[in-house]
Amino acid sequence: MGDSIEKVSIIVSKGSLEGIYPPLIMANGARAEGIEANLFFTFFGLDAIHKERHEHIKVATVGNPGLHLATMAGGLPGVSSVMTHYLERKMEKLDIPSIPEFIEMISDTGAGLYGCKASCDLFELTKDDLIEQVKDIITVGEFYEMAAGGHIIFT
Amino acid sequence: MPIATYAGKSVTVNDEGFFENPDEWNEEMAPEIAQAEGIDKLSEDHWRVIKFMRAEYAEKGTGPTVRILGKTSGVSIKELYQLFPKGPAKVAAKIAGIPKPRGCI
Repeated sequence: MGDSIEKVSIIVSKGSLEGIYPPLIMANGARAEGIEANLFFTFFGLDAIHKERHEHIKVATVGNPGLHLATMAGGLPGVSSVMTHYLERKMEKLDIPSIPEFIEMISDTGAGLYGCKASCDLFELTKDDLIEQVKDIITVGEFYEMAAGGHIIFT
Repeated sequence: MPIATYAGKSVTVNDEGFFENPDEWNEEMAPEIAQAEGIDKLSEDHWRVIKFMRAEYAEKGTGPTVRILGKTSGVSIKELYQLFPKGPAKVAAKIAGIPKPRGCI
């Protein structure tokens, strides 16, 4: 048991649906295992905790070869929305929560949610723009202090 | 397979301490397993979750994940983590003598 993971600090830097779910699943899964977890949202990852944007996270249909969709087709108006709806419906069937619900749930598990100060300054966001579960907007130095002694996962 | 002794009876557990055979479990064993997990006294709410885990396992052959527990047991996610800080589904399953629930969410 000496090799067990006690704490993880997960950085969320992407603002697409496929960029946000994996770190959320990892954070929630860590808490389920009794592992301390903190989430740090930076750059476009801030959309996941943005009051007005977190309900409108979309799949990237351009520059995403995994979709096996011609890049030109992916760029057509509405394709990203259609693909997002399609995936959301599939996820609903599997009882995977929506991003807003998932983040609220993760906060309830006791994980800490934090915004990145440099990114908030860049996008002119204050704590009022972020959902209430966000504990604070912190600097990278404060993030490292908080992450000390655990693992850091960048996504 | 390791052998553990709870309430004076020997039971087979896996490397993580989960029961290999849930039929070997009885309620007298629960407080001892809980203590080994850092829970000194099982409250009524703990029991509510433990019994729910047993019932779900009996019905579906697998224990519920934290999300399912939060949605269907009547105990909120926040309360679940207060009751079982080291992971509600995992620890409650261990105390309830059922296998560790599998599921990513």
